[in-house]
Amino acid sequence: MEEAGIPTLCMTSALDITRSVKPPRAVFVNFPLGHQTGPPNQPELQRRIVTDAMRAFAAISSPATIVELPYVWDPNDRTWEDTDYTKGWMPVAPSREAADALEAERQAKFRRE
Amino acid sequence: MPVAYIPRTRDLYSDFTPYRWVENESTPFTPLTKPVAECAIAMISSGGIMYRDQPRFHREDASYRRIPIHARPDELSVWHFGYPTGDAERDANCVFPLERMRELEAAGVIGRLVDPAFSFMGGIYSARKVRDELAPQIVDELKRAHADAFFLVPA
Repeated sequence: MEEAGIPTLCMTSALDITRSVKPPRAVFVNFPLGHQTGPPNQPELQRRIVTDAMRAFAAISSPATIVELPYVWDPNDRTWEDTDYTKGWMPVAPSREAADALEAERQAKFRRE
Repeated sequence: MPVAYIPRTRDLYSDFTPYRWVENESTPFTPLTKPVAECAIAMISSGGIMYRDQPRFHREDASYRRIPIHARPDELSVWHFGYPTGDAERDANCVFPLERMRELEAAGVIGRLVDPAFSFMGGIYSARKVRDELAPQIVDELKRAHADAFFLVPA
């Protein structure tokens, strides 16, 4: 993207991977994977994170800069940092049949509308 | 303390050949040529977001979906095997902050949100596939849309 002349900014919650990959501009939020722009149904916090990201977009002037935002997932419970992305962390995947049934249901729902 | 994901990935997939993370020595960098408040900003999420009856993603899938920026929350769904998607299913803004970016557009924080936004399923083993197959198609999309800047949200 950058080589094609388009400036980029990448959110991240994985600091070590981002340091290895070195994207042009990155904004780090120390939240569990799957919440890079905030927890569900908290529009205020999500808006603050995305607004901060847009500010960082303008502020970063040298390649591979990582801006770390100060947001804390839960000040009273940091156990997610021990369990995130470890064995047993993913919910059990539905069977192939169950997944196909869910997909068929989704397709049918939007075809009806 | 930030979680060390590289060693955890190694542990999680210890039965497989160790995954080789991309280690870039240098970083291309294109400066923004105008204020963010005047930029047309395109957005992509690797969270596996689909609009209405768009086909579901599958493993090793390097395709992407165009998501109209005025999509309603109930028109979005999520498929990804690599992170717990429950919260993103409840509120896609966790990994695909479409409503938030529309608000920033309305508030004048950004110039314009490029329509459509994009999503793919980021659990793609091959970095080459992403670099040589997926990324060039997205570059073409952004050029056609006259995007000034690109906002990427991984999941």
